[in-house]
Amino acid sequence: MSFEAPLLEVSGVTLRYKTPQHLVTATYRVSFQVYPGDRFILLGPSGCGKSTLQKAVGGYMTPTEGEIRLKGQVIRAPGPDRMMVFQEFDQLLPWKTVRQNVAFALEASRRLSGKEADDRAMHYIEKVNLTKFADSYPHMLSGGMKQRVAIARGMAMEPDILLMDEPFAALDALTRRKMQDELLMLWEDTRFTVLFVTHSIAEAIKIGNRILLLTPHPGRVKAELNSVSDPLEATVLERRIQQMLFSDELKETADA
Amino acid sequence: MRELINAMALQQPAMRPEIVVPDSSSPTMTVVEKPLSKLELLYNVSMFRKALILIALAVIWEIYGRILNNDLLFPTFSATVSAFLQSVIDGVLPARAWASIRILLVGYAIGVLLAGILTAIAMASRIGTDFLETMTSMFNPLPAIALLPLALIWFGLGNGSLVFVLVHSVTWAIALNTHSGFLSVSKTLKMVGRNYGLAGPRFIWDILIPAAFPSILTGLKIGWAFAWRTLIAAELVFGVSSGSGGLGWFIFENKNMLDIPNVFAGLLTVILIGLVVENLIFQTIERRTIQRWGMQT
Repeated sequence: MSFEAPLLEVSGVTLRYKTPQHLVTATYRVSFQVYPGDRFILLGPSGCGKSTLQKAVGGYMTPTEGEIRLKGQVIRAPGPDRMMVFQEFDQLLPWKTVRQNVAFALEASRRLSGKEADDRAMHYIEKVNLTKFADSYPHMLSGGMKQRVAIARGMAMEPDILLMDEPFAALDALTRRKMQDELLMLWEDTRFTVLFVTHSIAEAIKIGNRILLLTPHPGRVKAELNSVSDPLEATVLERRIQQMLFSDELKETADA
Repeated sequence: MRELINAMALQQPAMRPEIVVPDSSSPTMTVVEKPLSKLELLYNVSMFRKALILIALAVIWEIYGRILNNDLLFPTFSATVSAFLQSVIDGVLPARAWASIRILLVGYAIGVLLAGILTAIAMASRIGTDFLETMTSMFNPLPAIALLPLALIWFGLGNGSLVFVLVHSVTWAIALNTHSGFLSVSKTLKMVGRNYGLAGPRFIWDILIPAAFPSILTGLKIGWAFAWRTLIAAELVFGVSSGSGGLGWFIFENKNMLDIPNVFAGLLTVILIGLVVENLIFQTIERRTIQRWGMQT
């Protein structure tokens, strides 16, 4: 196995943000590396700063300590080389059709224009099985379809890394399972690199090949594990992760 | 103890056989879709419902006018319509209406432009926001008509003073609505825009304006109504402004000559223009934009 240079390098990142009353430390000296083709999962309970960490990778926040490098370049601002897929359904521009939404992303970031943008958009819309709905407006789509458009948009940009922030959290359980399978199929197809945030252990094991486990208040790295695909091993891993997260809680209660 | 066990046994639900429905696509299915009747379809058209309301109002007006039987106080609907048609045919009313609309459009356009600049500044910096907020809270409640005497001193008895009060009545309403619309754009959409690498004017034009369009359109509508009211009132107060005078002057003139059906015809024109602008122009924009985008249900 040859080791290429990491695509994304997060080294010693501390993130702090201000609320009107407090200065909150979201993550404390978190380090990890994402390699090309990784399905890298940030997993942890709420309050472990996993979403904040991803926002920092997205360029929406600057670390108070440490740095984040993409292909060796320090990240300073949001940009189309790191496409975000959000949890919220309102991430599509309501005044554009599905096809325009995807094509506009390409045009706004000056990647492609006109016919080329449209062709690329249709190609990825087909990949997420929404060709029939290409000319529909987002408000006519179901939640799962909207997320698929957002994924198509992210992939059409062919970014260095796709940042997905609990994209399936707001979906019903059946749709979520289907979307997870589809995402894996898309990955088999194009082998993109994705940084995926979730709080579901099962989802992390299913989607990821590498899982970063974070503990809350403030977010620190607990472990970086390899995922498994065998259902039996998955159950074992799930229990192991649960224990890792749960043992801390037990200690905390014991301290108190 | 035994009673407790008995009670627990009683709480067990009864065993029932399972039910699995076999695949059936029998032709005897009930109707799934049924077309609506003609009347229901017609009633679903808002234009039709509004026309019904207008007709009802006209009938009530006519009946009341006939009962009163006093053209000086309250002419009938038919007398008003015939006066209206008479004035339209001899060209007086269209000329007056056009004189009003022309000034109105100039004032409105300047007001929209000014509001756009003010909100852009407000979005760019915090001091700009404070400036806009202070200005709107100071001037939005100030009636434009109250500025008319000053405007007359500054700009004289011409179109200049009318345009000045129009701009004043339009700008603040639109700026206020546009700004609050910008502020309520969802955080996710703003992040999406920045994700595309959009910034500055392109961010405002491609993300903020369409996302805030419902508020902006409301502002434009309110601004239009304010402008119309201000203009007619201003013309009524100081009469002839330009050479020919507008609709307000038409009303004033006919009142002086006690030609009340013509006064009503003038008022009817004001109402008609309002109806046309609201129902044709603004509703078309609404249908093509925020309704199609699902921003308004």
